[in-house]
Amino acid sequence: METLFFSIVAAIAILMSILVIRCKNPINSALSLIMTFFCLATLYVMLEAPFMAAIQVIVYAGAIMVLIVFVIMLLNIRTESGRRTQHALFLGAATGLFLLFQTWYFLSRSSLTGAKGAIDSAAIAKVGHTELIGQSLFTEFLLPFEITSILLLAAIVGAVVLAKKKV
Amino acid sequence: MLGAYLPIIVLLVVAACFGLGSVVVSSLVGQKKLSPVKLQPYECGCEPVGSAQERFSIKFYLIAMLFILFDIECVFLYPWAVLFKRLGVFGLIEMGVFVVILFVGYIYVWKKGALEWE
Amino acid sequence: METIAIPAINMSVIAPEMILSVVAMALLLINVFVKNEQKGYLGYLSIAGILVTLYSLTIGWGAPQDGFSGSVVQDNFAIFFKGIFLVSAAMSILITDQYLQREGCNQGEVYPLMLFATVGMMLMASGTDLMTIFLGLEVLSVSLYVLAGFNRGSIRSNEAGLKYFLLGAFSTGFLLYGMALTYGATGTTKVVKIAAAAQSGMVSSNLMLVAGMLLMATGFAFKVAAAPFHMWTPDVYEGAPTPITAFMSVGPKAAGFAAFLRVLLVALPVFKAEWSSLLWVLAVLTMTVGNITALYQQNIKRMLAYSSIAHAGYILVGFTAGNAVGTSGILFYMLSYAFMNIGAFAVIILVGKKGEENNNLADYAGFGYKHPALGVAMCVFLFSLAGIPPAAGFVGKFYLFSGAIQAGYIWLAIIGVLNSAASVYYYLRVMIYMYFKEPTEDFNWVRLSPAFIICLIIAIAGVMIPGVVPGTILELAQKAILM
Repeated sequence: METLFFSIVAAIAILMSILVIRCKNPINSALSLIMTFFCLATLYVMLEAPFMAAIQVIVYAGAIMVLIVFVIMLLNIRTESGRRTQHALFLGAATGLFLLFQTWYFLSRSSLTGAKGAIDSAAIAKVGHTELIGQSLFTEFLLPFEITSILLLAAIVGAVVLAKKKV
Repeated sequence: MLGAYLPIIVLLVVAACFGLGSVVVSSLVGQKKLSPVKLQPYECGCEPVGSAQERFSIKFYLIAMLFILFDIECVFLYPWAVLFKRLGVFGLIEMGVFVVILFVGYIYVWKKGALEWE
Repeated sequence: METIAIPAINMSVIAPEMILSVVAMALLLINVFVKNEQKGYLGYLSIAGILVTLYSLTIGWGAPQDGFSGSVVQDNFAIFFKGIFLVSAAMSILITDQYLQREGCNQGEVYPLMLFATVGMMLMASGTDLMTIFLGLEVLSVSLYVLAGFNRGSIRSNEAGLKYFLLGAFSTGFLLYGMALTYGATGTTKVVKIAAAAQSGMVSSNLMLVAGMLLMATGFAFKVAAAPFHMWTPDVYEGAPTPITAFMSVGPKAAGFAAFLRVLLVALPVFKAEWSSLLWVLAVLTMTVGNITALYQQNIKRMLAYSSIAHAGYILVGFTAGNAVGTSGILFYMLSYAFMNIGAFAVIILVGKKGEENNNLADYAGFGYKHPALGVAMCVFLFSLAGIPPAAGFVGKFYLFSGAIQAGYIWLAIIGVLNSAASVYYYLRVMIYMYFKEPTEDFNWVRLSPAFIICLIIAIAGVMIPGVVPGTILELAQKAILM
């Protein structure tokens, strides 16, 4: 049941991400991207990471998509101009196939085993995902957390410096 | 585990059915008399002027950008809020530092006039 | 409801970063609360902040300590690199004000942004957690994207900002993916624990960790502008405001190498054979591509951009060796590179005037006669960049290449020396224009402000003193290696 559900969601995600780059109208691309983000959020839920799913929807599918649509409207691109050359298409396809083959070749010759962490489904069910994230964010990863505020501050200054009409 | 999310899936399905259904049903049941006036986009009785796809001002972009940055700040408040009591005074200081640093950014944005619609 | 145990914090480890961040935030607020005419002293305030930070750094020398549950460490390695960042930031700030006033984009935000970038670099140098390194890199990059596009009236500057942002974000993706795979394979983001986990045979034979290492190496190679990931460098260096070019050609490169060194030497020594053969190829490519392309450049900023790619290649030679001599050579070379490169960019700023950057080689015709002191200064910097004794650049290269020879990479050292010899051509060409061509301009717009004089004196001292008596600095560098 879960495998089937995963396959459906993953298929939609892949289809939508292909649409993102194939759509002629940038607004359609942006809408496909929102759908991709929703599918990713669903995958996070299946990985028992509901907090990440919520962030994905709030920040990406919500806020960042608003920005992307604003930028599309700011640039006022209707449909894509310029055509894709056959040459580039061939080169891209060849590179993609080569990388796919490379991945398959190395994967078939070696193992891919990750280290198992301390937190499993039982812990998430017992404590809660948001609490677990908070626990490591505010103890072990306290410094990275505080650096994030400096990062956001630098970004705020940057947005104002670059985009404000009158400085 | 995933059973807890069943209502959301049901809601999604119902929403999709409602959206699709109303389009399909109205196209099946509704009358079709097309005239030039009917095909025009409705604009409070006036003739439409120009295209709806106007160029946006960069002002929107700045506001959206600032919104995202403070939105991300809020995201960090959720895991803190659920642990507030267990973290105690230490947690208050941690989040205090975080918020104060961003508050500097807020004062900067405010005094700079970036929140005003110029 | 049990309370959560508070981890050991040890604030003194990040004291320098805290001081500099507070100074930056204070400057940001001062900037909006004072009138435009009074902003001239913001630069001096930031230099004062840097000096205080530099002083707080020296206290920690020789007494390594870590904090924030192993997220960050203050060892000699980090302190040496932070010294490089602070010196290069201070020198760049000295030459910023005059340039921005000339170009009419003198906004006070440039100083807080430069300080934030420096904080990011410092965190990269002392980060012992992949997350700290990553966030430090992001703080650095976000500030630099903005700084590169700081001159909003100039299309070239806008282009530089956008290009740097797009390619920088792309490379960050590689780095982050590599970190994620490393975390997946070892179950930790702390470099020491990664090293411990990688010791066990099961993990080290794991493809995921190898892929993680390769992706991280790609990300860092982007950041230090190593070929074949150097494409962004010339356009960004050329388009960005010149003081910012000076700033980002030194500090961020050093920060990239600091984090790169720590990740490979501390976290993944198990793969030394693998990564040194990878770096061998990168080093040869970077040196050769940088030097050969620089031969054809007519624009001096582009030439110095390609030369900075070549210098990243020389440093990769020392990195490939991975031994004590090579690593201390990297530290020594990065420091002297800061002085010689920022010095050269300072002279470039002076040659330009409002609206006309005068960056073509032909614009330098006869400059050496019209302004003998500046001409001599430029010669000193170019000699050092070319690696001609007695300048510091020669000593640095000497240690980098002897490190490679000690580690058995004879061919790498030979290729390095050949490259270095080829580079003499394009550095000398600038001097030929300065001294052997008839002047077409009278250069009467060149205005030496006190800040410029201080910057140039520091730069010349920083190039000549370690070049003639390398002992002290070299001793410090030897105490600062990661072994």
